[in-house]
Amino acid sequence: MISLTIDNQPVEVEAGATVLEAARKLRIDIPTLCHDSRLKPHGACRLCIVEIAGMPKPVTSCTTPATEKMVVTTQSAHLNRLRKTTVELLLSDHPNDCMICIGSGDCKLQELAYRFNLRGSRFRGKMRAHDRIDENPFVQRDQNKCVLCGLCVRVCEEIQGVGAIGYANRGFESKITPPFEKELSCEFCGQCIAVCPTGALSGKLWVGYPRQQGLEKTETTCSYCGCGCNLTLHTYGKSIAKVTSRQDNHNRGWLCVKGRFGYEFVTSNERLTTPLIRRQKGGSLEPASWEEALDLVASRLLDIKSKHGPDAVGGLASARCTNEEGYLFQKMFRAGIGTNNVDHCARY
Amino acid sequence: MAGLAAKFGSGAMTNSVAEISDNKALLVIGSNTTENHPIIGLRMKEAVRNGAQLIVADPRRIPLVKFATLWLRHMPGTDSVLLNALMHVIIREGWEDRTFIEKRTEGFDAFAEGLKQFTPEFAENITGVPADDIVSAARIYATAENAGIYYAMGITQHSFGTNNVHAVGNLAMVTGNLGKHGAGVNPLRGQNNVQGCCDVGCLPTDLPGYQKVADAKVREKFGKAWGRTLSSEPGLTASEMTEKMLAGTLKGLYIFGENPALSDPNMNHSIKAFENLDLLVVQDIFLTETAELADVVLPSASFAEKEGTFTNSERRVQRVRIALDPPGQAQSDLAIIKQVYRRIDPEGVSENATAESVFNELTALWPAMAGMSYERLETEGLQWPCPTDDHPGTPYLHRESFAREGGKALFTVVPHVLSKELPDEQYPFVLTTGRQLFHYHTGTMTRRSTGLDKISPAPYIELNPEDAASLGIEDTGLLTVTSRRGSIRLKARVSGIVPPRVVFIPFHYKEAAANRLTIDAMDPISKIMEAKVCAVRLEK
Ligand code: SF4
Ligand code: SF4
Repeated sequence: MISLTIDNQPVEVEAGATVLEAARKLRIDIPTLCHDSRLKPHGACRLCIVEIAGMPKPVTSCTTPATEKMVVTTQSAHLNRLRKTTVELLLSDHPNDCMICIGSGDCKLQELAYRFNLRGSRFRGKMRAHDRIDENPFVQRDQNKCVLCGLCVRVCEEIQGVGAIGYANRGFESKITPPFEKELSCEFCGQCIAVCPTGALSGKLWVGYPRQQGLEKTETTCSYCGCGCNLTLHTYGKSIAKVTSRQDNHNRGWLCVKGRFGYEFVTSNERLTTPLIRRQKGGSLEPASWEEALDLVASRLLDIKSKHGPDAVGGLASARCTNEEGYLFQKMFRAGIGTNNVDHCARY
Repeated sequence: MAGLAAKFGSGAMTNSVAEISDNKALLVIGSNTTENHPIIGLRMKEAVRNGAQLIVADPRRIPLVKFATLWLRHMPGTDSVLLNALMHVIIREGWEDRTFIEKRTEGFDAFAEGLKQFTPEFAENITGVPADDIVSAARIYATAENAGIYYAMGITQHSFGTNNVHAVGNLAMVTGNLGKHGAGVNPLRGQNNVQGCCDVGCLPTDLPGYQKVADAKVREKFGKAWGRTLSSEPGLTASEMTEKMLAGTLKGLYIFGENPALSDPNMNHSIKAFENLDLLVVQDIFLTETAELADVVLPSASFAEKEGTFTNSERRVQRVRIALDPPGQAQSDLAIIKQVYRRIDPEGVSENATAESVFNELTALWPAMAGMSYERLETEGLQWPCPTDDHPGTPYLHRESFAREGGKALFTVVPHVLSKELPDEQYPFVLTTGRQLFHYHTGTMTRRSTGLDKISPAPYIELNPEDAASLGIEDTGLLTVTSRRGSIRLKARVSGIVPPRVVFIPFHYKEAAANRLTIDAMDPISKIMEAKVCAVRLEK
């Protein structure tokens, strides 16, 4: 363990921990933009600068390892001024259209502007004007809002292992784009959207729904594969506005394309909305009431049982449905009807 | 499932997903993990970043190959030969874990004897994997401090799938890669709640918690809890049900939340079976191909509209919550089953039963879940076994002993068997089937996503450039694929992903359903169908 002092408070951290991690352990608030604890430190945004006794200039706390007896200052007029200037520079090349931006309310840049009380920027000058690259069916890219924090490039490379996007051009004209501005290897996992601190990356399916107001959040579990990722469903009235995932769960907030974007089926107009009965063999399925349908199912099952014995009926449960449903289903067959003919289709 | 349970006393993933990052070596066989279990795939990539050696054994150049230290491209259906050869080398070189074998296993001598013929050279002949690579793979896996094996349907969906699973289990046992962190034998579950579905007793031989129907004491326990005498007659598996339907002795079938008319191997056969029933009840959220054949269709709620729990591949029980109202008159599966049940036996389930009360009834009957409650699952899932209220759950199994009588894991001799249908002059290609990232199972859900359907709108068959050239077929050209059971026409995707003489079709598409071609030869023990290997002919 390493002991150091941050803002006059002593703290102990594991060897290898950064100054930022040590400060967060003390719940000291250091602003960051390009940092994500799930990725390697980057040190690009320079908002997390701190002063360290014995060092001539402020350093980025996310890339500086904590050392024994280090004395760190995170808040000072000087640091504050530097941070404010950094944000101002970012805003100088930002459309500043929060009113109509899809990221509003979930944007770190907006929060920083608010924190430093910045409306516009002293440095207003030439703005980048990138064309919207609009080929990806799921990821909406608005390059003008990119702050070049590199999070999307890093998540795609480090976590997803895909490297579908990279930096193109240099300096002022630099931007983030898939190679040759085509979607060659993108897996549409949306990890890049999840880490983007601004409205530069968002989901195409989110468009047309409110950003914050009126959305309800429900914590649940993905219904596709056995990974069982945790999902947060953001619903609006009768529809799903978007799906996200919390960082503090076993899937660490990462999802795949199915979990993140494959939810339209829920509100498809092809959903079954009423029981259907085929009133005679060879006829067609016709709408029926629940009473009629349930009575029919139960009486026909009992009828077969009384004529041919309980083992003339069987049940196939779903590997898609809940434990509770599966349990009650097999109990109905075993205790209710008296047969062990119950299986599920996942053997196939 | 059946295979692992016989060896270890449990068929579940032995270890946790998070531990994958700490694996020193990984063997991934018969699992296209990044596409079928993407988030588990992320952990594998992380392990590689942390310095782990990854061995991928797959006939196809799956995306994970890019991250592999070694890729073993064995012919479809030769998995157990490959695995046996690995073990042959391990024992020949003295890389086995003697202490583990002596203290924690039984049946080693007969097993070792059975490996004699599986020299790397013998295996090279059958699998197509160079003998040197087999030796390297054996070294990587056996000499790592801790190594995990991951497999999926590519191992189980064969007429000898249980054999394959035995071979996988043997490999972990020989090297002592069980009962410790970052190792184990890990079947990755295809669908979200396969694990839970088995846990709660949707198996013809098992009551909830793998308590055996055949055991009179178990029947008495459940009979008492449920207030009914339970049948000792073993039940039929899904595929046996199909046979009995065709024979006319199974007359009524109630299916919920599945679409076997499309997902069954040899679906023509299954459709005939469904048509032969007196009563087919299908409960689903869409009018699936199976529902279209039904006498009664019951509209149910999607996962976003109901309450309950799912159990993921790593035995983690997690909550599912209501975010929306179901459309129209649709109701949750639980509510529907409850109402049918009450009409069959009003004492079987209370009118006021809720998901939570049913959960509590279940946990009271299975000690491994006895410590769980909705309250404890509120913020985070719990991994079974979790026997008491203060038990934190179990990240990996078999720490001290195996759940078999005597507490030891059992070695099994795995003989050399071949797929039921091998390529011949008439049907010269091997067809294997599987899933792809952008769709899920029979596509009922994913094909209704505009984006997903845009990326992957149409069925296709992958074939090697060599074969494409000799057939004179170009990329995206149409091909007719015929097996002894049926024929479909679809677009060719010419690609080095598959080796020569092997073709691949994803099974999500009803307009060219791969399962019209596949064979329904069945594993005699697990009763899983051989969906992975059959012989086909290609024509322009
Ligand atoms: S969606 Fe995923 S694969 Fe595509 S660019 Fe974003 S992170 Fe990379
Ligand atoms: S988000 Fe993707 S990886 Fe996670 S459970 Fe859903 S389908 Fe599986």
